[in-house]
Amino acid sequence: MTIPQDHIRNFSIIAHIDHGKSTLADRIIEQTGLLTAREMQEQILDNMDLERERGITIKAQAVRTIYKAKNGEEYILNLIDTPGHVDFNYEVSRSLAACDGALLVVDAAQGIEAQTLANVYLALDNDLEVIPVINKIDLPSADPDRVIEEIEDVIGLEAHDAPLISAKNGINIDQVLEAIVHKLPAPKGDPEKPLKALIFDSFYDSYRGVVVFFRVMDGRVRKDSRVKLMASGAAYDVVEVGTFGAGQLIPCEELSAGMVGYLTASIKNVKDTRVGDTITEAARPCEEALPGYKKVQSMVFCGMYPADGAKYPDLRDALERLQLNDASLTYEPETSVALGFGFRCGFLGRLHLEIIQERLEREYNLDLVTTAPSVVYKVHTLKGECIDLSNPTNMPDPTLIDYMEEPVVSAEIMVTTEFIGPIMKLCQERRGVYEGTEYIETTRALLKYTLPLNEIIYDFFDALKSRSRGYASLDYSLKGYVRSDLVKLDILINREEVDALSFIVHESTAYERGRKMCERLKEEIPRHLFEIPIQAAIGSKIIARETVKAVRKDVLAKCYGGDITRKKKLLEKQKEGKKRMRQIGNVEVPQKAFMSVLKLDQDD
Amino acid sequence: MKKRSLSVYIHLPFCAQKCLYCDFASGPAGKEEIAAYMRLLTKEIRSFEAISSLYRVETVFFGGGTPSFVAPFYISQILNQLRKQYEFSETPEITLEANPGTLDAEKLVTYRKAGVNRLSLGLQSIHESELKLLGRIHSYEDFLESYEMARQAGFTNINVDLMSALPKQTMGKWKKTLETVAALKPEHISAYSLSIEEGTPFYERYGEGRIGRLDLPGEELDRAMYHFTKEYLGSQGYRRYEFSNYAKKGFESRHNMTYWTLGDYVGFGQAAASYLQGRRFSNPAGKEEYPEASRTAYQRFRAMAPQSEKEAMEEYMFLGLRTARGVSREDFQKRFGKPFPKQYEKELLELYRQDLVEQAGGRIWLTDAGIDVSNIILARFLLD
Repeated sequence: MTIPQDHIRNFSIIAHIDHGKSTLADRIIEQTGLLTAREMQEQILDNMDLERERGITIKAQAVRTIYKAKNGEEYILNLIDTPGHVDFNYEVSRSLAACDGALLVVDAAQGIEAQTLANVYLALDNDLEVIPVINKIDLPSADPDRVIEEIEDVIGLEAHDAPLISAKNGINIDQVLEAIVHKLPAPKGDPEKPLKALIFDSFYDSYRGVVVFFRVMDGRVRKDSRVKLMASGAAYDVVEVGTFGAGQLIPCEELSAGMVGYLTASIKNVKDTRVGDTITEAARPCEEALPGYKKVQSMVFCGMYPADGAKYPDLRDALERLQLNDASLTYEPETSVALGFGFRCGFLGRLHLEIIQERLEREYNLDLVTTAPSVVYKVHTLKGECIDLSNPTNMPDPTLIDYMEEPVVSAEIMVTTEFIGPIMKLCQERRGVYEGTEYIETTRALLKYTLPLNEIIYDFFDALKSRSRGYASLDYSLKGYVRSDLVKLDILINREEVDALSFIVHESTAYERGRKMCERLKEEIPRHLFEIPIQAAIGSKIIARETVKAVRKDVLAKCYGGDITRKKKLLEKQKEGKKRMRQIGNVEVPQKAFMSVLKLDQDD
Repeated sequence: MKKRSLSVYIHLPFCAQKCLYCDFASGPAGKEEIAAYMRLLTKEIRSFEAISSLYRVETVFFGGGTPSFVAPFYISQILNQLRKQYEFSETPEITLEANPGTLDAEKLVTYRKAGVNRLSLGLQSIHESELKLLGRIHSYEDFLESYEMARQAGFTNINVDLMSALPKQTMGKWKKTLETVAALKPEHISAYSLSIEEGTPFYERYGEGRIGRLDLPGEELDRAMYHFTKEYLGSQGYRRYEFSNYAKKGFESRHNMTYWTLGDYVGFGQAAASYLQGRRFSNPAGKEEYPEASRTAYQRFRAMAPQSEKEAMEEYMFLGLRTARGVSREDFQKRFGKPFPKQYEKELLELYRQDLVEQAGGRIWLTDAGIDVSNIILARFLLD
């Protein structure tokens, strides 16, 4: 069945987390008759367990449905899902670039959030037609009129005839579908020109190799075509092309300009099919690649170690496999005195880190010890060298350092006016440089700050939420590097330095961090038969100290009626507990103590 | 053929009212229920007939619950059954646990006649407020009366159970309890630190997070009480021979020592534990499970594989080190045909350096400081 280009709509849904993107996607799929309600699993697009639990979409995916509009015509709707988190900004922008239009879903109670704005601008930058959709109109606190006004004032989008819907309850979904057909433009592009297609995602399949998701801008691609990836320069013979069902791939003969689909070509590694790259014909390449391609760089690093040293090869295999599907994950072997053999892993951001960590633990059944996340610092030595430092342990001796630089981001925080005070205070505490405020309406403002990246990778998100009762939202992008007074903070347990606990902080916060770290470790380290000092030090100077007191009592008074099994179990538990510890000198440190740096500000 | 020594434990899971710290299988019951239980118990004892001839019974212990709660002829019945099946030592130690308020002269005479020669009286505290807090149903006066009656009935070997580290307890109150009881000159005193165990009414009531509301003495006071107990009872002629047990010379409980020295013992009744021919097994704790369990006890024992040498070694160490005599290399060699494993020697050396164990005359035992942290120490004798 060939469907003319003007009966195709390629679109995505833009929304802040929890504003109902996935639910609306489900309803669209449901009402276009691709699946019966019975077959619908909740939230079809999010097919990783983890995504469903966290309620966010991690990897962009796509689905093709057929909609019979009220005018009697059938349209192909290609819904391209975008990840909803700031860590994946680049991927979002590439997914949007594959579309011609977008639905902007705004919560009728909450209104526009920082991230909504950021994504709308991304969409407008990509010349997308944007249709606002007001969701959750069934909520008691819904105020669609206010939200419509806000959309018109802040974004400048006509919103007065925006569909008012409840995705959850399936109200007015037909209006959304009609709007997609009649208000979003059909794709353009010339099928006769040389092939030019944009890669917006890919995943690894053990039978087919890498499955590449792309949008054809010009030309056509079919089975057995020889194609070339313009950024990587590699050429492949296409084995299969096709379109997306719901959760399955449907092969077809050919994809031409305006269509969205996939191809396989016996590609071994997703690294060879970078998001944003342009696919063209090997024999007849297009003149220039699509704009916007960027090599993704890891922003946050941490050490990952198997809790059981013998599992090192398992961890290596697991990382290798995860990387097959996630080109933005990097890793290289490293060794720690305290933790043994492990990997220094690079991530797009903190959320990305957490997702990988959870997947390793859940899907690969690995018990991990993760060290504090670090950003990449630039160390300028007196010799005039510049070293990229992602592991605090490798920091050169301070006497050899001329100066250091740290990455900063441009952050935009959307907040209701009542919380401006607390949020500004938070940003100040995190060494933020105030850049300005934009009032969206009388009750809401967009705060602009330049913030050091290392101040937001620990718990900035949580702090932001807790200080604004959940209302503040954040968007940020890397701005560059600035010179900064940084020091390496070392932790000594029973007078022995623990490399895996070292981290780099700004001089002004070193004392506070050191103190909190010692307090936290004191809670984590069980009492031993002897007293254990825990110290924080910069160089040879001790800046904080806590003491884990010696055990005074651990005795089972009674063994009744000769039943010793309970006693034995208790001893075994004790021994088992010891096994899960890391031996540092003669101190046994629980694995999770190494992660305690992550939660430094929890008690604030 | 030389017969092997055997200790017999009989569990009688009945009492007038469950104490708040109690996590044993016990509770109130009517006559019918008790009679039915006794029938099952007797059958269970009988089911071990095939191996009875291998043993000579050295000790019998009636525990509970409150064994003195049931009609005394049941005690005679059980001892008769045991005597029918087993050869008995000429000087057996036959203990019965009793609670003040459940004893009378007639019961005591019946016990004596049946052969019971040692009474273990649960007192816990002499203070009314503490008794109440523990959910005990007797007063100190009730205890005193029972104690006098027992002496009059001819019991010359009496143990008194006491508890330290009770909620709100002060050192002064504990001292008073110890002094008052020691003045009565029982032959044996068991003094336990209270611990709040899962499955007890205390635990249910205060739960994990709310134990603080019980106002228990802190570790320092708990240990001070413990150390004072040894010192004071020592001055009164009692020697501590196990973590929580004190006796006048020659009155150490032989039954208890069987447990600590890997002797054979067989337990009959609900929740009763056995260690027989290297096999550890026990009946389930649930009341409903006992009828079935009592019928299959012997089969289960026969079907079981003996414990491994590793397990036996571990138990030899962590049980033996609970006693004041401790363990010895010679015993170990005799029992296992090989010396201490390297791990033990390494741990012992380290513990010795930290003054947590002491050694002399080929024996090794825990110091007082070692006892305080014994769980940590004993766990080290589990083999890798």
